[in-house]
Amino acid sequence: MRLATHLLSGDPPRGKILSVLVAAVVLLLVVTPFVFPGTRSMAVAERICIFVVLAASYDMLLGYTGIVSFAHTMFFGIGAYGVAIALTRLGVGWGAVLLGTAAGMALSVAIAVVIGLLSLRVRAIFFSMITLAVASFALILATSLRDLTGGEDGLTFEVPTLLTPAFHLVDGRVLGVRFNGTLVTYYGILILASLLFLFLLRAVNSPMGRVLQAIRENEFRAEALGFRTLWYRTLAGAISAAVAAIAGAMMALLLRYTGPDATLSFSLMVDILLMVVIGGMGTMYGAILGAAIMVMAQYYLQPAMGALSNAVADVPILPALFHSDRWLLWLGILFILIVYFFPTGIVGRLRR
Amino acid sequence: MPDALLELRGVETRIGRYHILHGVDFDVRRGRVTMLLGRNGAGKTTTLRTIMGLWRASAGSIEFDGRRIEALGTPDIARLGIAYVPETMGIFSQLTVRENLLLATGRAGFTDERLDRLFALFPALKEKWAVAAGVLSGGQKQMLAIGRAIIEPRRLLVVDEPTKGLAPAVIQLLIDAILRLKESETTILLVEQNFHMAASVGDEVAVMDDGRIVHTGSMADLAKDEALQHRLLGLSLAVHQ
Amino acid sequence: MRHRWDDVAPHLVLPAIVLLALPVMGLSNWVVLTVAGLAMGAMLFLMAAGLTLIFGLMDVLNFAHGAFITLGAYVGIGVLGPLAGWTSADSWTLNLAAFGIAVVVAMAVSGAVGYGFERIIIRGVYGAPLRQVLVTVGGLIVAQQLFVVLWGPNAIPLIKPTAFRGSILLGSAAIEKYRLIALALGLIVFVALHLMLNRTRVGLLVRAGVENREMVEALGYRIRRLFIGVFVLGTALAGIGGVTWALYQELVTPQIGGDMTILVFIILIIGGLGSVGGSLVGAMLVGLTANYVGFLAPTVSLGSNILLMVLVLLWRPRGLFPVAKG
Repeated sequence: MRLATHLLSGDPPRGKILSVLVAAVVLLLVVTPFVFPGTRSMAVAERICIFVVLAASYDMLLGYTGIVSFAHTMFFGIGAYGVAIALTRLGVGWGAVLLGTAAGMALSVAIAVVIGLLSLRVRAIFFSMITLAVASFALILATSLRDLTGGEDGLTFEVPTLLTPAFHLVDGRVLGVRFNGTLVTYYGILILASLLFLFLLRAVNSPMGRVLQAIRENEFRAEALGFRTLWYRTLAGAISAAVAAIAGAMMALLLRYTGPDATLSFSLMVDILLMVVIGGMGTMYGAILGAAIMVMAQYYLQPAMGALSNAVADVPILPALFHSDRWLLWLGILFILIVYFFPTGIVGRLRR
Repeated sequence: MPDALLELRGVETRIGRYHILHGVDFDVRRGRVTMLLGRNGAGKTTTLRTIMGLWRASAGSIEFDGRRIEALGTPDIARLGIAYVPETMGIFSQLTVRENLLLATGRAGFTDERLDRLFALFPALKEKWAVAAGVLSGGQKQMLAIGRAIIEPRRLLVVDEPTKGLAPAVIQLLIDAILRLKESETTILLVEQNFHMAASVGDEVAVMDDGRIVHTGSMADLAKDEALQHRLLGLSLAVHQ
Repeated sequence: MRHRWDDVAPHLVLPAIVLLALPVMGLSNWVVLTVAGLAMGAMLFLMAAGLTLIFGLMDVLNFAHGAFITLGAYVGIGVLGPLAGWTSADSWTLNLAAFGIAVVVAMAVSGAVGYGFERIIIRGVYGAPLRQVLVTVGGLIVAQQLFVVLWGPNAIPLIKPTAFRGSILLGSAAIEKYRLIALALGLIVFVALHLMLNRTRVGLLVRAGVENREMVEALGYRIRRLFIGVFVLGTALAGIGGVTWALYQELVTPQIGGDMTILVFIILIIGGLGSVGGSLVGAMLVGLTANYVGFLAPTVSLGSNILLMVLVLLWRPRGLFPVAKG
């Protein structure tokens, strides 16, 4: 028990139902290749892992530091493109992967620092607007620099053999599952995602994390107490950007593809925002629940809604409301309700 | 002894987590000028803002002419006939002097009589009538701010540090203006750091420290008692000018 | 009174850019592109003007503003469809009448929905910037989905009335007629707003409130009542912008307004929050930049307005014509 608390940096889920849910999600993710075999369920699980990391890094900004930035998926994209460009240009190998990831992280941190310094000159709402412009610019760059980024079509590339189905850890099947590169990829992502999540949990519970929360509560007071708020905010931004870049690298390796729609689009930013807010801002565990809910909704809610839509086919408007593509409508409504009535999201509700 | 137009009893104000006012008790007597003095950070501005409803009192009562006002919104408090001149003057830089004053009048607009009275006190306002308030000098802005508070007859003027940062000549002008207002029996609550100004115009005085009133009495008595001044305000009349 | 350089300089930016462009592109190109840029600017002004007032007065940044632009566009379809008889006739009177009706209805519908939006969504989040951003983004998401529910996901064409099509020749420059109409409409709205703000008591209150809300309340005005009026005005103007833009594009999609959001924000930032005149200048600058750069260096054109914003911010961090907050 003590080990568990220490591992979680003294910030356990708190709340019976919540702990059970989080444990359930983690457990399901661990056993998916064996219990829910098949490419689709593994793809869902892998997406959940990556988005947990991305959402958690965004929670660090939104929930802990109180900054609304729309540029976060830009860092995700930079990490993804870093790996993609490296694997395309430098040949397939782990050297390229590491170099690409490192370059992505470095660029992300640099940009995050610049944005952080910018926040000194402008008001909070101004800042949000500017991050929107910056993210837009990144998207424009990615689609314009065809030679480098593959433009609108993006880049498709090969990944190191260890991650491909061609690689065999053992021959034949064990427990009904092939122990090949696909499995390696799966557990690689799961383990890396877990480590990154625990790292973020440690970061927000560190002395720095407490200063961030003090800043979020009352910036003037934090300044008066002598904390250089700009320094802490920028640090938080840099860490969060670096982690987002790693998440992007993971995504690129998973899909063997990177493109503007997959990594830099505003709809992805909206998804992350929904995940963090619905899950619960400023809780970290909200990212786990939020990511799980959103990804599952995208894959499994749609057919359910489609069925509902067909059931009410004779009524005006209703079929369109429940059309399987309109899952975002209902999540959007849920999002608004949560911002209004349950600002601490699902996690907050469950902790009461 | 005239009765109290404004009565504060046990007023407490919190801003966020800060407990600024810890039970403020004092009266502002009808037709008199009451000075609210105290060191920086004692809570004087907070008291005025609480009276005006810009910050909500968390405890205590504020009575204006027998009516409880601590739960009213700022516009409603102002409509009872209370004019406010904040420390920052609150003039609208992009509007002209005329437009600034127009906001203080009712739908009827200006009357010649009131304008003449205003220009008699503050001739500079007539000169700068059509000029954007933002380009006025500090003293002129303060005159505009006060002018806005008096262009229509009010039952109570609440003024926060009018002489801050002004040249002695302008301060004298303000002193004269307030003395003129006293002639018409206007009730004034005035926060001041400048003790000379305070002694010149004040009838009553209340001294604040650390969110509480630590002394009330007549201005005349305080002006005579240098030791008391020193104890309460850390200064004496002769030194501070 | 001698004006300091600092006060005059922002006023010179727009004329400077227009004049500098002339030698670079030749007279006839310059005429066409300048009109195109100013016309686009006029349409953008319609979309941005309301938002700058809303933000200046109420400190509310409505991320869902684009939804009201889109609404105006769809209303345009709804109105001009039945009036196809008027729009297909080659008659200025009938065309203008149809256009006028579309503009008025778009204004009314966007304003009415704006009223509902303010009451339901905005009212609870005054003074809470974080929640405001979140809630209005949520509103945008829901609105865009509702557009698809009501009008389907596909683009719907919306053709200009007959007399509005085509160009007039000015020397060797062919100037689209519709651009001149848009420009005229934008200027009319600007003049109307200017008169409202500077000649009416309500306008006086709005201008004062943009500078210092507290002081206006301390003068006895219940400025909250003004909020709803300004909000409705803002969304109504967005509706006009939407229908005008939709006719220009001749195609309406559920994202047509949302796509403009970033340009509108750039205009607000460049022009200075709270300044209607600033939003006019900002809108013109954005329109001209898009057209000039689109001609001179097409590869950079998409990002050019963002670069413009960065340049302006480096020079004037609060925009060209910021309204001083008291």
